[in-house]
Amino acid sequence: MHELSVCQALLAQVREIANAHGAIGVRQIIVAVGPLSGVEPALLAGAFQMARAGSCAAQADLIFEQPPVRVRCEECGADSACAANRLLCAECGGYRTRLLSGDELCLLRIELSCADEPHRPLAA
Amino acid sequence: MCETCGCTVTSGNVHLARETRGHDAQVVEVLQKLLASNNDAAAHNRAHFNEHSVFVVNLMSSPGAGKTALLEATIDALRDECNIAVIEGDLETENDAARVRARGVPAVQITTGSACHLDAELVHRALHELPMDGIDLLFIENVGNLVCPASFDLGQHRNVVLLSVTEGDDKPAKYPVMFRAADLVVLSKTDLLGVLDDFEPLRAEAALRALGRGTPLIHIAARRTPALQPWLDWLRCELGQHRTASRQFRARTPAPAGAGQRRPTPVGARD
Repeated sequence: MHELSVCQALLAQVREIANAHGAIGVRQIIVAVGPLSGVEPALLAGAFQMARAGSCAAQADLIFEQPPVRVRCEECGADSACAANRLLCAECGGYRTRLLSGDELCLLRIELSCADEPHRPLAA
Repeated sequence: MCETCGCTVTSGNVHLARETRGHDAQVVEVLQKLLASNNDAAAHNRAHFNEHSVFVVNLMSSPGAGKTALLEATIDALRDECNIAVIEGDLETENDAARVRARGVPAVQITTGSACHLDAELVHRALHELPMDGIDLLFIENVGNLVCPASFDLGQHRNVVLLSVTEGDDKPAKYPVMFRAADLVVLSKTDLLGVLDDFEPLRAEAALRALGRGTPLIHIAARRTPALQPWLDWLRCELGQHRTASRQFRARTPAPAGAGQRRPTPVGARD
């Protein structure tokens, strides 16, 4: 149920960026939520439906990228895909692995509506 | 996460950071952690702890795993060695803070209402009621919950996760995010193992190892003094290392930094 806290943090970031770009609305919010982030996309989507009401993102869609869990073995150097609770090397079975992806919890990009400025350049 | 700059782009997910632009819209690449605001508050707390040379341990577990009993036993055992303070997190009641205060140690209770975890801002507010001068060791007893507290950095130096033997030995496999966050896993209530036939400590350790971590796992029984020794040894070792690191940090930090002067990386900042 901490998804609502995460959602509020997300909307605060979106509001800041939308204001900085003089946007009149937010169309899409694209987030990366990995299986090891501690956040469930379905619950975050549900929280977003409530939290977006009355905000600059009231009409926005929340889109999820879900990076797979991948590890690199510190012993043999192999990269492999694995389950969230079994982060072992698929090649040698070693447990000394480093996570390459799967714990992301980040705002990737947002699509803003900008009145009468279809070709306005991207901010640096 | 990138270990160099702390960004969230790695070789495994860099393809997600592609740039796109619509015809009548502006697409802004952000790549910012969703909990960036909490992480900033946690960094502020950590800097505050380091300024006062306080070593901070975030205790997490299911409800009833024995966090408060462990704190009571720890306070009794280390009474003559260091000054301890406690921040307690619960949905309601001052019960746990009262138990700690009864041992003669300052404690601040955070009641979260319906919130399932502590966050850095709540801890920051609690610190206003808890003078750090003279404190060596601060425990933050998080809300009993194996899910949500794992996602929120509080500014602690170490995460300790308790797993009591009255729970299942497959808890690390069921709650990988929490057990991956642990710097130490404490198997608690091990004096009950003799009457429990369904908890196998080796299975719990195997489930922990399957998370790709060499995290130390120790056995304790807070109600029996000799069985507390591995925990006290770990605490003394970590506290000693933190003191050394704090001294070195202060030695290489110039006296009152001028405006815009960059300070060295704070002691204990993870990732």
